[in-house]
Amino acid sequence: METDAALQDAALQADTFPRLLIRNARLFGDRPAMRHKDLGIWQSWTWSEALAEVRAYALGLYRMGVRRGDTFAIVGGNRPRLYWSVLAAQMLGAIPVPVYADAVAEELAFVLAHADVRFAAVEDQEQVDKIISIKDRLPKLEHMVYDEPRGLRDYDHSRLTAIADVVKDGNLALADPAMAALIDGEIAAGKGSEPSIILYTSGTTGASKGVMLTNERSIRATRDTVAFDKLTEKDVALAYLPLAWVGDHYLNYAQSLVAGFCMACPESPETVAQDLREIGPTFYFAPPRTLEQLLTRVTIRMEDANRLNKWLYRTFIGVARRYGEKILNGEPVPLAGRLLYGLGRFVLYEPLKNVLGLSRVRVAYTAGEAIGPELFTFYRSLGLNLKQLYGQTEAFLYVTAQPDGQIYPDTVGPAMTNVDIRIADDGEVQFKSPGMFIEYFKDEVKTAEVLTPDGFVKTGDAGFFDEKTGHLKIIDRSKDVGKLNNGMLFPPKYVENKLKFYPNIREAVAYGDKHDYVAVMINIDLTAVGNWAERNNVVYASYQELAGHPLVYAMIAEHVAEVNRSLAAESIMAGAQIKRFLILHKELDPDDGELTRTQKVRRGFIAERYEPLIRALYDGSTEADISTQVTFEDGRKGVISARVKIRDMVLEPVQTALGKAA
Amino acid sequence: MRAPDASTVAVGDVLLSVEDVSLSFGGVKAITGVSFDIRKGEIRAIIGPNGAGKTSMLNVINGFYHPQKGRITFRGKTRSKMRPFEAAYGGIARTFQNVALFRGMSALDNIMAGRTLKMKQGFFWQLLRFGPALREEVEHRRHVEEIIDFLKIQDIRRVHVGRLPYGLQKRVELGRALAMEPDLLLLDEPMAGMNVEEKEDMSRFILDVNEHFGTTIALIEHDMGVVMDLSDRVVVLDHGIKIADGTPDEVKASQAVIDAYLGVAH
Repeated sequence: METDAALQDAALQADTFPRLLIRNARLFGDRPAMRHKDLGIWQSWTWSEALAEVRAYALGLYRMGVRRGDTFAIVGGNRPRLYWSVLAAQMLGAIPVPVYADAVAEELAFVLAHADVRFAAVEDQEQVDKIISIKDRLPKLEHMVYDEPRGLRDYDHSRLTAIADVVKDGNLALADPAMAALIDGEIAAGKGSEPSIILYTSGTTGASKGVMLTNERSIRATRDTVAFDKLTEKDVALAYLPLAWVGDHYLNYAQSLVAGFCMACPESPETVAQDLREIGPTFYFAPPRTLEQLLTRVTIRMEDANRLNKWLYRTFIGVARRYGEKILNGEPVPLAGRLLYGLGRFVLYEPLKNVLGLSRVRVAYTAGEAIGPELFTFYRSLGLNLKQLYGQTEAFLYVTAQPDGQIYPDTVGPAMTNVDIRIADDGEVQFKSPGMFIEYFKDEVKTAEVLTPDGFVKTGDAGFFDEKTGHLKIIDRSKDVGKLNNGMLFPPKYVENKLKFYPNIREAVAYGDKHDYVAVMINIDLTAVGNWAERNNVVYASYQELAGHPLVYAMIAEHVAEVNRSLAAESIMAGAQIKRFLILHKELDPDDGELTRTQKVRRGFIAERYEPLIRALYDGSTEADISTQVTFEDGRKGVISARVKIRDMVLEPVQTALGKAA
Repeated sequence: MRAPDASTVAVGDVLLSVEDVSLSFGGVKAITGVSFDIRKGEIRAIIGPNGAGKTSMLNVINGFYHPQKGRITFRGKTRSKMRPFEAAYGGIARTFQNVALFRGMSALDNIMAGRTLKMKQGFFWQLLRFGPALREEVEHRRHVEEIIDFLKIQDIRRVHVGRLPYGLQKRVELGRALAMEPDLLLLDEPMAGMNVEEKEDMSRFILDVNEHFGTTIALIEHDMGVVMDLSDRVVVLDHGIKIADGTPDEVKASQAVIDAYLGVAH
């Protein structure tokens, strides 16, 4: 018992990630730390095995020349060896710099050059080729290691090594006690105050910035949330979101090390849905977009189902809408409601969650952008404990989170443990948190812009504390909230989110600031609208043709009218009704810079790029010509031209308190 | 991944040679006195305008057609007649111009079907799926999973191929051919009907197969850009007659080839 207590004590002292790994190997040595599906079979590593692997890997890297303070790029998807690359670099006191796997060469060049990386661990040939293509701009890059050897056999290996070989080299060297002492010395020399990682922000506004986090701050923040959600070594998470994103680094990497739970890596990005079902995670995170897509898929499948199933689905989703949320929140529900809901669990909710791989989920979060209340309630009504959090890379994720039992769809919850939040005079949310960053790497100017003199971080988001609940409400990016020429409030994201709840609408971009009315550009969802077209005998040859089809316009116009009705019902938002809209001829795409890598709309950039369309939306024309450059996946460029139609809407009468709202 | 069993032929030596082969259907001469060879480890393309006799040539190589004249030497063994299953046992696999998969079966089962020739246990044991037969199936499955991983089709493992888009069906077909661990892989228009992106993927896979497994590949293809990028050597047929043979650059420069493709004033 005493040793246990001593271990627990040592555990609390662990203030670097490598020391947490050692702690986990002692406390949970035989429990799984990592799983990865390979050749169709789930492979597992226990915490002891993970420690042995990472220790050998780190020594191999040391022998290759990686030293304390070096920056170490990590480029690729969710694979065990790339997560271990993060840990191995941290063992040596080198600073990992993860980069989005789908970053085009240009973005990659910017980050790798800005971060002065000397070494890089990459997933496969694709990433190796990408880095080789920009090597002239990376004079400091010395060596690359790679996970997947396919196609790389004939490459010049003077500056390229397989990770497996690095680990092998490290293992051989470990036979020498001096070498073992050396690596253990490096782990012991690590300080909590040292930077543990640099995460480049996706950059909704301009070039990305390198957010520098430290070991002890990160770990302190993680301890709070692990306690908040009662995560233990028995939990399981599927790491399927980009490993360069703060969410993945926090929720999966940091939380798995702090709580000691198992992180599973999918077989490939395309198999996530199946892998989710096989792993059955207990902790789950999904951005609103993923939840939307899941719901779209379910809806489509149900539309193709037979009559009985359709009836069951409609009936019991209705029951769930009425009682589900209340039952989850512990509110009083009539007995008949409870019985019906119980029956619904049996015939629909549990089977549905099982199909989605969410049966065992105990805590689920969504964040990244505002989620439509309807979408949020849909999942909660099925009995899924879905909660919202609000966070930032600069905070090392959590600023607020909804506690169990206090969930309101339109708020993001109260401040997380040990986080201070205040609202500045201009409505901007500011915070001070245990995990907050120390600086933007090599960018004092930007650092100074974001930090207040008394050490708070400016989020750039406008928000307020809800009077009834005391929870934080985020309206929009503070610089995005605009005013129409008649003085009425125009929060673009609010309007867009209402539209995006319709499965047929994948993306919407609203304009209205300093204009007379609100106008919207809409992206249809090819899966949903394609399915609709099939059922309605609408023939089309391309995305462009489908998007411009009169029947599609008519269908979308119905959705817009419904949104207008719902906006008119809220006096503050009534002015933001959509007067004109158009359907874009191409999908907005991060490769063209229209979305960020985390799939957020870059409204300003889109406005410039589609300037002729915006002009047409406001000068009364009924159609406009547009030609845009597009970037193909291999980096080549082409041009798409189209004539886009514009549709006028009839506005709902604004109810009563018009004067007050203005 | 395990490379196929090294055959007796060394890399760079002639694996298959076609000597003076002629084939006719009734009065129609499909191939007239064509000779060329395929060396071990290379990617060899057979090109030519429509009706030049390319597919007939492939069918002759894998024993589907029997030439009236000429000899074919494969791995040092000369023959004038061979049946398709003998070709398969001998280490020749092929894919077809129009996809020929078992549409009602999953991608996994289709590729497993490619292992049939490698199965040693009898029908009875396989039916029981017990003891040696089970061990054997596990071993074959491992090999098939490697191919699935290689071709990056993990997500469609369990999907019936009839529901797959064309480009993926082609990939599954390639997987089934690879499952035979062939010494010689014949690809009949592997990129027909594909879009640019699918073509690029397929080219990548063909190069990877050649590099990774050391498989010798003979392919027929219409897309000149693809052929010139992929192949080590190209043989050009026109109206059943060989008009050029050499590296892509040599072939491109040949006047006979230019005339055959662009037409010539008479």
